[in-house]
Amino acid sequence: MNILIAILFYAATAIFVIGLMIKIVEFARTPAPLLIPTTPGPTTASGVVFRMFREVVFFESLFKGSLWIWAFGAMFHFGLALVVVRHLRYFVEPVWTWVAILQPFGMYAGFLMVAGLGGLMARRILVERIRYISTPSDHLMLVLLLLIGLTGLGMKFFMHTDIVAVKAFFIGLMCGDIQPLPVHPGLYIHLLSVAVLMIVFPFSKLLHAPGIFFSPTRNQIDNPREKRHIAPWAAALEAKN
Amino acid sequence: MAGPDIKAPAYRTIPIIPALQPDSMAHLKCYVAKENIQEALGFKGKLSDNWQETHDAVIARMGELLKKYRSLRVFMDSCVHCGSCTDKCHNFIGTGDPKNMPVARQDLLRSVYRRYFTVAGKLFPALVGARDLTREVLDEWYNYFWQCTECRRCSVFCPYGIDTAEITMAARELLDFVGYGQKYSNEIIGKVHKIGNNLGLPGPALLDTLQGLEEDVKDETGFDVRFPLDVYGAEVLFVTPSADFFAEPHIESTIGYGKVFHAAGISWTMSTKASEAGNFGMFIGSYDQLRKVAMRVREAALELGVKRIVVGECGHAWRVAYAFWNTLTGIGAGAKDPFAIELQKQLDHRYKQPTHICEFTWDLIQQGRLKFDKEANDHRIITFHDSCNVARGSRMGDYAGGQFEIPRHVIRAVANNFHDMAPETIGEKTFCCGGGGGVLNDELIELRVKGALPRMEALQRVVDDHGVNFMALICAICKAQFSKVVPYYGFKSGMIGGVHQLVSTAIKLGNEQ
Ligand code: SF4
Ligand code: SF4
Repeated sequence: MNILIAILFYAATAIFVIGLMIKIVEFARTPAPLLIPTTPGPTTASGVVFRMFREVVFFESLFKGSLWIWAFGAMFHFGLALVVVRHLRYFVEPVWTWVAILQPFGMYAGFLMVAGLGGLMARRILVERIRYISTPSDHLMLVLLLLIGLTGLGMKFFMHTDIVAVKAFFIGLMCGDIQPLPVHPGLYIHLLSVAVLMIVFPFSKLLHAPGIFFSPTRNQIDNPREKRHIAPWAAALEAKN
Repeated sequence: MAGPDIKAPAYRTIPIIPALQPDSMAHLKCYVAKENIQEALGFKGKLSDNWQETHDAVIARMGELLKKYRSLRVFMDSCVHCGSCTDKCHNFIGTGDPKNMPVARQDLLRSVYRRYFTVAGKLFPALVGARDLTREVLDEWYNYFWQCTECRRCSVFCPYGIDTAEITMAARELLDFVGYGQKYSNEIIGKVHKIGNNLGLPGPALLDTLQGLEEDVKDETGFDVRFPLDVYGAEVLFVTPSADFFAEPHIESTIGYGKVFHAAGISWTMSTKASEAGNFGMFIGSYDQLRKVAMRVREAALELGVKRIVVGECGHAWRVAYAFWNTLTGIGAGAKDPFAIELQKQLDHRYKQPTHICEFTWDLIQQGRLKFDKEANDHRIITFHDSCNVARGSRMGDYAGGQFEIPRHVIRAVANNFHDMAPETIGEKTFCCGGGGGVLNDELIELRVKGALPRMEALQRVVDDHGVNFMALICAICKAQFSKVVPYYGFKSGMIGGVHQLVSTAIKLGNEQ
């Protein structure tokens, strides 16, 4: 079992990293022939960085669009970020101070994350418009994330597991030395769903994470009159006629 | 056509989101372009009788577009079906048809993208909402991608900036490619190539019209306001949508432009070759057509030796001019390649190239070079509709948001009574008039009437609250669309007009103060 889980995590990590890299390279290499920032937009490069920061950290456009989705989405993402930070303690020894400081917050963040997911799920099922646009994979993605969150919380508050052994397992995993993992159904489900999440990441809508950085309507400078912007294929067309 | 029996939808008392009415607009399909129209633009004449051939061509072309347009590539992959955009489209609000929700419109294409270009869609189509490309899917594309006005309102609210207009353009390009083009847009583009403008107004007729206009203005004001055509060595080349030459109320703004040039004493000319600012190449998503149409302006500028290029009141034309001309034709600044430098050497870079007529007029006002009798507009209580392409696809002035302020500054400088509509319906959140993006034809009148609903609600409110009796516009399509559809909502067509129509009413010609 330990070996199986180890192999699973090696494979999941490889798929996650390589798949994501391929996608990022693909996004980056595809030219954007015309300037199409959604205006009013920033007229300088630093302005674009600031706009992107507001989008990535505060979900500015979503805030304009729908307070409910924004609130649940922010709860989930913010919660998830803290939870991920909290989990760093399983991968570094000694635990970095800032990670240690954030530990107690990470604990509550788990609830925040699950509550946000619950809200998003409720919307997906209850709001007619959103139900209409949802595919089975949209629902399953929420189920998967909920599974991760709930098993995680379960192990923290109800069915404890031997986290020292879990840590030994992951530290060992990182240097190719497979250690035994505690036998615990919650832990198995937790880890299995995390691996599934990593595997589907580069093939699913989770690509929104790298995607936003490449979105031309958000990452372009609004300066078409001041600077000529031309894609390589368009320049080639120009040279021809 | 279906004119009289189309009914405007009722105003929503509280602006709640309509309940879904699946397929309520599935019947609406605009005319398909004939073979000769298609072929004149270098597209396939008509759909092949062999479906497999069409199928393969669409998929191959989609693969090419995915490599050419990062917008398409990133937007196809990034949507999380969050729903933020679902209630933002005027055409959804007006029709309730779920396929007019921006994300659902995108999914018409995305489902096919997933099936042929993603691992998940190849392996588990049902799970991720992927589907095979069939003839029915192609027809559905035609119907619903021609129910998008490419207004970009949805992109404002999407957390990843997904712009449905980009997807609509890609879909229309695919349709054109396999011989399934739209008659209205492609016919118009053909006219630009053949004659020089969307309306097919030949040079002599244009000259005639402009001379007639000079006489009218002379009769009315006593001043020799000129409307010059093809004058070599003029300082300004003025490019405006061809509707401005004779359509109502467009012509009133044209008179305004002439008066502004006259009062400021700036030499200007229009051009037969570039007698059209509109560029329907954008609507059909064809870079090639977009560029070919825009090139006429470059050629005219070079031939006439002008120092400045100014663009008249038109929304999509201004987006093309402002955001794309520099890329397509080198009208602008800051380039090092020989192609662009040729024209840029000739242009006067103390001015923005190109300049919007509102920027132009506002500059002159600030310099004190224009004088107005504001009271002349006192019979009007005015509101202003931000045209979508100006609002979300371009800019005026030096700062973000100038496109909202400058036209309003101009209005306030020439008139006393101005009231904005509700903030969630103007500025970057402005609602489309319902006629943009290549849907301004009779076949789609039902969509045009219904899609105008959110704008009409906002207008009704300022009419009730402030007695507004004039909606000022800076777009030829908005003017034509509103003139046609406001009667369905109980307003008079006469309340629609241009910003430079207001300028025209108030401007003092000659030197009397
Ligand atoms: S671009 Fe405008 S018309 Fe098209 S889907 Fe978006 S909001 Fe609707
Ligand atoms: S707002 Fe953007 S991410 Fe959300 S459903 Fe619409 S297109 Fe998709």
